[in-house]
Amino acid sequence: MQNDIVLSMRGIGKTFPGVKALSNVDFTLRKGEIHALMGENGAGKSTLIKVLTGVYTKDAGQIFIDGVEGEVSIRSPQDAQKAGISTVYQEITLCPNLTVAENMFIGRGNDVLVDWKGMEKKAGAILENLGIPARPKQQLGSCSLAVQQMVAIARAVDMDCKVLILDEPTSSLDDKEVEMLFGLMRDLRSRGVGIIFVTHFLEQVYEVSDRITVLRNGELVGEYEIENLPQVELVAKMMGKELEELGELNREEKPEEDTAAPIYEAHGLSSAACTNPFDFAIRKGEVNGFTGLLGSGRSESVRAIFAADRVTGGTVTMNGKTMKIQKPIQAMKQGIGYLPEDRKDDGIIADLSVRDNIILALQVMKGFFRPFSQAEAEAFADEYIKALEIKTASSETPIKSLSGGNQQKVILARWLLTHPKYLILDEPTRGIDVGTKTEIQRLVRKLAEEGMSVTFISSEIEEMLRTCSRLIVMRDRHIVGQLRGQELTQSNVMRTIAGGAD
Amino acid sequence: MAQKKFNWSKYSQLMLPLISILLIVVFNLIRDPSFFSVEIAKNNVGNTVLTGNLISILNGASELAVLAMGMTLVTAACGGQDISVGALAAIAGSMFVKVLRSGEITVGSIILAFLCCCAIAIVFGAFNGTLVSVFKIQPMIATLVLFTCGRSIAYWINGGATPTVESPLINAIGSFIPGVPIPTPIIIVAICGILFALLLKFTTLGLYTQTVGINQRAARLNGINTTLIKLLSFMILGVCCAVAGCIGVSRLGLINHETLLLEIEMDAILAVAIGGNALGGGKFKVSSSVLGAYAIQALTITLYAMKVPSTAVKAYKAIVIILIVVIGSPVVKAYFSRLWARLKKSGKGMEAV
Repeated sequence: MQNDIVLSMRGIGKTFPGVKALSNVDFTLRKGEIHALMGENGAGKSTLIKVLTGVYTKDAGQIFIDGVEGEVSIRSPQDAQKAGISTVYQEITLCPNLTVAENMFIGRGNDVLVDWKGMEKKAGAILENLGIPARPKQQLGSCSLAVQQMVAIARAVDMDCKVLILDEPTSSLDDKEVEMLFGLMRDLRSRGVGIIFVTHFLEQVYEVSDRITVLRNGELVGEYEIENLPQVELVAKMMGKELEELGELNREEKPEEDTAAPIYEAHGLSSAACTNPFDFAIRKGEVNGFTGLLGSGRSESVRAIFAADRVTGGTVTMNGKTMKIQKPIQAMKQGIGYLPEDRKDDGIIADLSVRDNIILALQVMKGFFRPFSQAEAEAFADEYIKALEIKTASSETPIKSLSGGNQQKVILARWLLTHPKYLILDEPTRGIDVGTKTEIQRLVRKLAEEGMSVTFISSEIEEMLRTCSRLIVMRDRHIVGQLRGQELTQSNVMRTIAGGAD
Repeated sequence: MAQKKFNWSKYSQLMLPLISILLIVVFNLIRDPSFFSVEIAKNNVGNTVLTGNLISILNGASELAVLAMGMTLVTAACGGQDISVGALAAIAGSMFVKVLRSGEITVGSIILAFLCCCAIAIVFGAFNGTLVSVFKIQPMIATLVLFTCGRSIAYWINGGATPTVESPLINAIGSFIPGVPIPTPIIIVAICGILFALLLKFTTLGLYTQTVGINQRAARLNGINTTLIKLLSFMILGVCCAVAGCIGVSRLGLINHETLLLEIEMDAILAVAIGGNALGGGKFKVSSSVLGAYAIQALTITLYAMKVPSTAVKAYKAIVIILIVVIGSPVVKAYFSRLWARLKKSGKGMEAV
């Protein structure tokens, strides 16, 4: 092993029932570098991290760590810690009601007899050394999120870590706090710590990292020096397209009627989750898409349209009339349907039957005192189980015992049953087999031909190009462009997502 | 098979309370075959009435059964339990007595008094519900407030220790209506049961409550006002407390704010649990909870019939409850369903031969 390499993972493989999460992935981390691990949703980033930290056990491959003879076996998070691998997660996993010093030392053995004075002194020294603006006796909860994050890092560093994993550390920080964190990261780099930086913010990667490893569909795409990989190429690699071949992919022409009046129009719309106000309009029978990398704000934007998060501002006009849409029920009454991205937490009612799940939205719109009769509900359920070919033992089966794709179809049926004028589909094809995917795409086109307006979101760019006649491109929570007609090519989308920085 | 298949899964939740009742029944039949005999007798007022252990079980469980209905709804919607039902019933009972004592007791004044006590119970129920739904306090903690102070409020309403209400009309509510051999509280429970069934049939309360209890975020995204549903469940439980309080007062003809339905909250929660409802919220069956209530009462009466000293009854009750709860636990259930599947498999094998 070269002596500047601290961590080397070779041929890592991990299979879950039905899914190959990682296959033959290599990863190398050198002393004193910040190494960004990039990939879209489902690329295998978090699986790789979890293998490294002992949350999952690998099925294949070897891990070597500087200073340890031969292969390292990591079977639990404790093993990882002993091997010198520390992780700081996106969600802060410390105790806000304890002091900073307590948080730095608790759970590290010898908790029976604690030398409080010595602990505080030591904590103070570390904090000062790393330039973290917190006092040892301060309650952790009273520090800002960034400082809490830094305390978590200080704890990790003090445990003599050689490898520090930062998993989405910046997602809840503002610009200034991010700068503070980057300062600390650079400082640690100069002390020889190897840092693995997982994030979905492109600009942050280029600001702080030395090297990038890209994963896609559980496979290694490559390891690159930051100077040799322009932003647009990184996006292409994450999405699995070579820049040269991008131009060729032709698509059928979709007619565009710019003249038609929009059925839905929003100005300066913002919500608790989508803090940057945006403008948006959609015409009757149009299929548009929001695209951008994960975390770019595309889901938050459509959630604001449906008032899924608390709406904080903006005006909405539907068919020329100003509307107040502050709650999902108001959106539903105006004929808007929303299939959420998070099927498990926002979509299905796990213990209820397929039938109840299908009729739910329409029932709510119909009203509290007008329940559907058993026969009506049964008829609705049977109609859509047949139309969408939902595979279920019966309409009485609890939805939780269906496969993911069939659950998705049930939620889709729920909204189709309400006959919306405007349907928002956020990742309707995620985790669904190819056959069902094409079915859903075809259905979307068909609905649009019948006059329904559809907003379609997908992480797969081809799917978006195939289905949408207009694409709104987002980056780092801002709308950065709109593509339509001839402009709708893969390379154009990539360039817009990556921005002018190439 | 031409016959439509009977859907067992729909009724599987009733199994646990039914098994519990069955166990108690079988035990009693072995111990004393005449335990369940019902006799016709004349009571001290001269009415022809039914008596016997079976009647006293059904009669005695009335307050508990009514409370269990409301408790089921709160449990399903909020994933937690109301521990203030006894205290709230005492408040409602005090209100009942207060209004009745303000004038002559007629059918009209009883109805007025009942409406007043429903109103006050709904207000306090809404108070509990607001703490839970708006302020997102755990139900058990939120209702601890009323649990602690409820009986003092009941005392203030009347300002006396045990004010009495004496009237044949009140007696008719608490024991027997002349000419009707069935104790009135049993009839009241039946009426409440019918009202609940109608409520669940002619509104979407059942669907909404389960949806809110299972997945609150999804419920909101489907346009359900989750706050309102939770609040509503507490208000309905309030009405149940009012009914239970009135039955309790009518039985004795007086209100003792310290002892009326004392510690009934734990039995009500237990009835919901024995009824096989998920205590974390979600799917529910009101009828199952009512059966649970009767199972608890049957157990108590059995213990008294066995001449178990009243101080020891609770300990024996606890033992039986442990048994019932363990039988109903997911671990045991899973074991039995595995056993069932194996039996079915071997049965099929036999058929094939």
